[in-house]
Amino acid sequence: MVDLRVQIGGGLELKNPVTTASGTFGFGQEFTDFIDLNELGGIFVKGLTLKLRQGNDYPRMAETPSGMLNAVGLQNKGIDYFIETTYPEIKNYKTEIFPNINGSVVEDYIAVAEKVNEIEGINALELNISCPNVKEGGMAFGVSCPSAIAVTEAVRKAYDGVIIVKLSPNVTDITEIAKGVEGAGANAVSLVNTFLGMAIDAKTRKPILSTITGGLSGPAIKPIALRMVWQVYNAIKIPIVGMGGIMNAEDAIEFMLAGSAAIQVGTANFIDPQISIKILKGIEEYCKDNNISAVRDLIGAMEV
Amino acid sequence: MKKVQDFKVLEYNWLNEDNYVLTLIGEEEIPEIKAGNFAEIQVPDISDVFLRRPISVLDVDYEKKTLSFYIKAIGKGTRKLGQLSVGQKVNIIYPLGNHFSIHNEKKVLIIGGGSGIAPFVMLGRELKSKNIDVTFLMGGRTKNDIFLTDEFSKYGKVEVTTEDGSRGEKGMVTHHSLFKGDFDYNKVYTCGPDPMMKAVSKIAEAKGILCEASLENMMACGIGACLCCVTPTHDGNKIVCTEGPVFNTKELAW
Repeated sequence: MVDLRVQIGGGLELKNPVTTASGTFGFGQEFTDFIDLNELGGIFVKGLTLKLRQGNDYPRMAETPSGMLNAVGLQNKGIDYFIETTYPEIKNYKTEIFPNINGSVVEDYIAVAEKVNEIEGINALELNISCPNVKEGGMAFGVSCPSAIAVTEAVRKAYDGVIIVKLSPNVTDITEIAKGVEGAGANAVSLVNTFLGMAIDAKTRKPILSTITGGLSGPAIKPIALRMVWQVYNAIKIPIVGMGGIMNAEDAIEFMLAGSAAIQVGTANFIDPQISIKILKGIEEYCKDNNISAVRDLIGAMEV
Repeated sequence: MKKVQDFKVLEYNWLNEDNYVLTLIGEEEIPEIKAGNFAEIQVPDISDVFLRRPISVLDVDYEKKTLSFYIKAIGKGTRKLGQLSVGQKVNIIYPLGNHFSIHNEKKVLIIGGGSGIAPFVMLGRELKSKNIDVTFLMGGRTKNDIFLTDEFSKYGKVEVTTEDGSRGEKGMVTHHSLFKGDFDYNKVYTCGPDPMMKAVSKIAEAKGILCEASLENMMACGIGACLCCVTPTHDGNKIVCTEGPVFNTKELAW
C-alpha cells in the first residue's frame, strides 16, 4: 500500500495529491457520470465572485498547438448561489472542496472570503490573483508584489482557514510574488495560472477571441510551468500545488519532483473526463514500481 | 447518462470529396440518443489537433451498436476523421446536449444548411412515426452542397434552394416560395450557419410559430465544465453544450 496522503499547508492533509483545477472541472457534478469524485484528493471549483458574472462574449476559446486559449472571464452565479445551491449538492463527497475566490477590488475578495469563512466543511480557499481574462482586478493583483501582498493580507484577516494563493506566470520573477504572499500569510501557493496569449485568424485578419487576448493552457505550457514550480520551491517554505499542462501520471510526477506537494489537473479534463483518476492510479503504480512507500517522498525529489 | 467509450471505425460513406458519413461500431450497449444530441469525438493519431470535435449524431442502431456521423471536412480535425482505417479505435463522449422537442405539432418545417443537416434524419423519422407532416427545406451555395435528400425523402417532402440555382429554387432558404403562399406549419426546426438560423427564426417569429435552432458554437469540453461555448440569451449567457445545443429562438439574444 502506498501512502498517498500529502500536506498542503496550514495543517491541511489531502488523501492524495490529485486535485482538479478551477475552471476546468465545473463544480465536480459535470463529471459524476465519468468518475467517482470521492476518489479525488480535492476539487478546486469554478472561480467565484461576490456577484453573478456573465463572463466575456463568445468566442471564448481557440485551439492552439498542444493547448488552447480561453477567455471565459469568470462566468459564475456568485458566492451566495454557491453557498445556497451548489455547495449543498457537493458537500457530501469525501474530497476536499476548495472555493476559488476572485474580485475586482480588495473589498470584493474580503467580502467573498468572509462568506467562505462561514461555510461549514470548507477548510481552505484558493485566492485567485491571476485570472488574465477580466478587465478589472484578477491578474492585476498577481503581477505586482505590493498588490499581491495587500490582497493576501486582507484575505488573511478575513479568513481563518487555509489560504492557497494562485499565482500568475505573467511576471518577471514569480519567486518574488511567491515570497511576498508567503510573508503576507498564505499557507500555500498554487501555480501556474494560464499564460497570456492570443490567436489571429489570418484569413479574416481578426482576433479569434472576443477579448483579443486570453489564457494559454495545456501541454504547450508544461515546461515553463515546471520550471516555475522548481524556482518557487527553492524560494519559499510553504507547500506548492503545481499545475500547467499535466496530461498524464508522468507529468504529475514531474511536478511533484520539481517541488509540488499536490497537483491540479486542468485542461486535460476537457479531453478525457476520467483523466484525473487515471493520473491518480498512475502515480500509485509509479510508487509501487519504484518502491516508494509514501508519495510525499516525491516532493522536491528531483536529483541534480 | 453520458459515457466515454471506445468505438471502432466500421465504414465510410463518401458523399463527395469532403463530405462523408462515418459509422462507428462499439461493444457496449448504446444509451438512448435523441435528435440533436451530439458526441465529442477524439481525433486519433494527430498531434496538432488538441481538443475533441463536437459532432451531431446522424443515426444510431441500438442492435448493431453503431453510431453514424455526417461530417464536413473543413479543418484539420474533421479532415483527419475522414482518413482513419476501418477497425481503428475512436474514443467518444456521448450522448451530449439536449434535443429537439416534439409536442402536438401537425405540420412542421425543417430547415437545414451545411453540416447542420445531421440531426434531421433522426428528427424526421421520429416526426413521421408520430404522423406529423414534415417538409424539409435544404439550402446550399450550389447543388454540390446538398446532401442526404434521399434519406430525408423517406420522412417527408424535400425542398431545396441553391444560391446559384443549380438545384431547386434559386436563392437562400428564406426566399423559398413556400414562405409566400399559405403558410400552415406549426413549428420550424433549424440547424446550420448562424445567419441562416437567425433569418429563419425571424420569419418564424413573425408568423407567430415556435422555432427551435441547434447552435454550432465552438466547444472544448462538451460537458459544461469549461464554459467556452456560451450563447447570449435574454436570461444571460447559456452553455450551449449542456443547456443547448437546441434553443427556442425566442430565448436567444442574437
